[in-house]
Amino acid sequence: MHAHPEVVTTHEVHHDEHHAHHKETFITKYVFSQDHKTIGKQFLITGIIWAIVGGLFSVLFRLQLGFPGTKFPILESFFGHYAAGGEIQPEFYYALITMHGTVLVFFVLTAGLSGTFANILIPLQIGARDMASPFLNMLSYWFFFIASIVMISSLFVSTGPASGGWTMYPPLSALHDAAQGSKAGADLWLISMALFIVSSLLGGLNYITTILNMRTRGMSMTRLPLPIWAMFFTAVLGVLSFPVLLSGAILLLFDRNLGTSFYLSDIVVNGNILPNEGGSAILFQHLFWFLGHPEVYIILLPAMGMVSEILSVNARKPIFGYMAMVGSLFAIAILAFLVWAHHMFVTGLNPFLGSIFVLLTLLIAVPSAIKVFNWITTLWRGNIRFTPAMLFAIGFVSLFISGGLTGIFLGNSTIDIHLHDTMFVVAHFHIVMGVASFFGMFAGVYHWFPKMFGRYLNRTMGYIHFWVTMIGAYMIFWPMHYQGLAGMPRRYLDKSIWTNFNVFQDLDKMITVVSIIVFAVQLLFVFNFFYSIFKGRKVTTPNPWGANTLEWTTPINPGHGNWEGEIPEVHRWAYDYGKDGRDYISQTEKPGANESSH
Amino acid sequence: MQIFFIVAILVLGFLIVFQIAKASEYVSVLRGEEKSRQQNNKVNAFLLLLFLIFGLIGVYYCNERLEGKILQFGSAASDHGLLIDRMMKITLIITGIVFFITQIILFWFSFKYQESEKRKAYYYPHNNKLEVIWTVIPAIALTALVGFGIIYWFRITGEAPENARVVEVTGSQFKWEFRYPGKDKKLGKKYYRLISADNPLGQVWDDELNHDDVYGTGELHLVVNQPVKLVINSKDVIHDVGLAHFRMKMDAVPGTPTTMWFTPTKTSKQMAKELGRPDFTYEISCDQMCGSGHTRMRGTIIVETQEEFDLWMASQKPSYVKLMEDKQKNEVKTDSVVAKPIAQTEVKK
Repeated sequence: MHAHPEVVTTHEVHHDEHHAHHKETFITKYVFSQDHKTIGKQFLITGIIWAIVGGLFSVLFRLQLGFPGTKFPILESFFGHYAAGGEIQPEFYYALITMHGTVLVFFVLTAGLSGTFANILIPLQIGARDMASPFLNMLSYWFFFIASIVMISSLFVSTGPASGGWTMYPPLSALHDAAQGSKAGADLWLISMALFIVSSLLGGLNYITTILNMRTRGMSMTRLPLPIWAMFFTAVLGVLSFPVLLSGAILLLFDRNLGTSFYLSDIVVNGNILPNEGGSAILFQHLFWFLGHPEVYIILLPAMGMVSEILSVNARKPIFGYMAMVGSLFAIAILAFLVWAHHMFVTGLNPFLGSIFVLLTLLIAVPSAIKVFNWITTLWRGNIRFTPAMLFAIGFVSLFISGGLTGIFLGNSTIDIHLHDTMFVVAHFHIVMGVASFFGMFAGVYHWFPKMFGRYLNRTMGYIHFWVTMIGAYMIFWPMHYQGLAGMPRRYLDKSIWTNFNVFQDLDKMITVVSIIVFAVQLLFVFNFFYSIFKGRKVTTPNPWGANTLEWTTPINPGHGNWEGEIPEVHRWAYDYGKDGRDYISQTEKPGANESSH
Repeated sequence: MQIFFIVAILVLGFLIVFQIAKASEYVSVLRGEEKSRQQNNKVNAFLLLLFLIFGLIGVYYCNERLEGKILQFGSAASDHGLLIDRMMKITLIITGIVFFITQIILFWFSFKYQESEKRKAYYYPHNNKLEVIWTVIPAIALTALVGFGIIYWFRITGEAPENARVVEVTGSQFKWEFRYPGKDKKLGKKYYRLISADNPLGQVWDDELNHDDVYGTGELHLVVNQPVKLVINSKDVIHDVGLAHFRMKMDAVPGTPTTMWFTPTKTSKQMAKELGRPDFTYEISCDQMCGSGHTRMRGTIIVETQEEFDLWMASQKPSYVKLMEDKQKNEVKTDSVVAKPIAQTEVKK
């Protein structure tokens, strides 16, 4: 299966013309750039800024959880009446957790992760000069940027940002009187999310089109590096599921502002009897989780793809079971659409429907298990180099195992009755979706930083970053499972009145201290990142990791168009490491006469 | 001042780390990049092994410290809770085995196959037999889990037995209200537009079934060893009736009543004795975030014997009776204020 030769040629012609006719100014090169690499960097840097904000929010609410009743006067000087007397007020607490979730799930681990690596890796690894539509690609970033501005602005309205949880369940999020954050904050949240969805759709359509149509000669689908397969399924998931959230958000805007009753029925709030009848609050949950569950895989799949690549490169061995890896990605992507109601086992869902969702949910464990065993087998009898990227990739596998296994508890509706909405859930999804995906993202940054900026990240800081984060992540989230097993609900800001949950105060203190340390080390990474862009050790060879994929055949600092001469032709898959006694064989090398076939 | 010190220490720490990082970069230039890389490799491989060992110790230590604070498997105070405990135990055993095997292999391989000049990586792209094995084995294990899970799920969510006592639970920001049927064992109709200060649940007084219904707030009374069916409502946003000791949970959704049933098997007193905590009470937690008072939305449950319950019930006055008494009192004095809602009801019907 070859890429269409006409498409490639016309694109090349276009590219040459482009360079012949106009010179790039600062604005077109760095701000409204249409170069996929620059757009990728824009996503990454915006994502990093958001990650600092979202992380800081978590430190603030951890302060409340670890030290309830303790006064931190400095908080009052920053946040005014939200932290009156130096204590985080309940409304502010709920705003913080809402923004923490929204920012990290959508702005960091969706836009920051997919946006960055799909943009940087897809054209470079499939052998294309740019995305199918560089202009739409640019729009994708700027819609994300506007969504960010709207979300940030909601932090400054007098009633505060949305505070209904990142899932924004109505009626809490629909009724202005139900919470402070359900006033202007919720509208801004919904508008920001709508803009964000536009951004992610523009990006996703572009990624799919590019992967399907613009592969270089010889790059058949079965020769694609695994990150590309992962980005492909991620984009398909996003394109098919984000519109459903958009419709859900718009209906919620109607309910909030136009007096409709999609989600509202039989409500008396604040002593006011509302006229709405016949709506269903559960409808929103269906619409939300129809995106919300695929969203988990939108976050996780790119990390899986990059981890597969990095494990293989640094073990100096082919990824084990390439076709099984692709197949399991496919299976996960399909199943991702069929499990959303496992978030709703205790909403009064029909028990029969619940049982179907149990079956489909636990089915996901099979492709996940295949992936884990294949990753481990990739390490077996390798010759492993522990770059910071490799350590994060190994950390990813460890976290994915830990968090994946607790998913087997929650996916089983019988157990979910007890554990639903407890700290067990918090521990589960932070490990498997939050921290694991962050590890995938860090691995990607450490690995591809030389390609992005022509310099290395400082290795020593990288090692410190990894070890503190790895140990910290387990220290923070492992004991949280026990709080959940005690039945302690999530989103409680003070446990002192609960005779059955207040035994965990010491534990919460420990978790808070560790999370502050882990946050400080993330700042070290951010420092390393910006410092190394300008002052890092320079890359002197085009292929520093000895990798097979096409991005390492470009110049050290590739310009717009990526390759100076013709786009290289591909003759083999991406994972010929250690074959016939050779350390690595680039994808561009023709098969030798005596080469063994695998 | 304290803050200033913390910030100063952080900045200092940053500077030190940064200097070390810079220095190590220079050292690697002096000693040769390859050599320093190899040394780093050895150190990190060893750290991965240490992480495995101390990680396993940590898992054990964490369990020792916290095990006593969680709800013990098999200690559930309801029949359904015991099923859930059993299911958790089965799942814990299976996932526990997988957890230890895979984590140990992962870190052990990382350590064992660290870069060495003596070894060449083994070209091993696939092995269909192995892949089939680790597709089929998880599939079998999961089939077992799904099988048990669904059997228990249907038992727990199936129809409540005929003799189940119905109690209505209503959540609102930020309290729990309860309604018990009287001798007729049936709850009367209600309509949310009738909710007012002296009719907090919006009961329709025309419905005679309502006349003996007893209203309570904050504290729920249940009879031990008698199945109870909770009919769950909400007045404003979504709440959730979380009963950790019974291992039960169900959302309270405005406009859509939900139900759950179970049989409490231990009275409050028995439970206090068993746990060695004289102050023990069953708690109702709101498990679905419902606004700024979510954390405070606490209710309690008293599980007692039939006699104790009957005694308590006899001391309660149905809301309707109370209302009528108030009305009579008021009618004697002046024209009724309280009677208005009743008049409205009649118009509505």
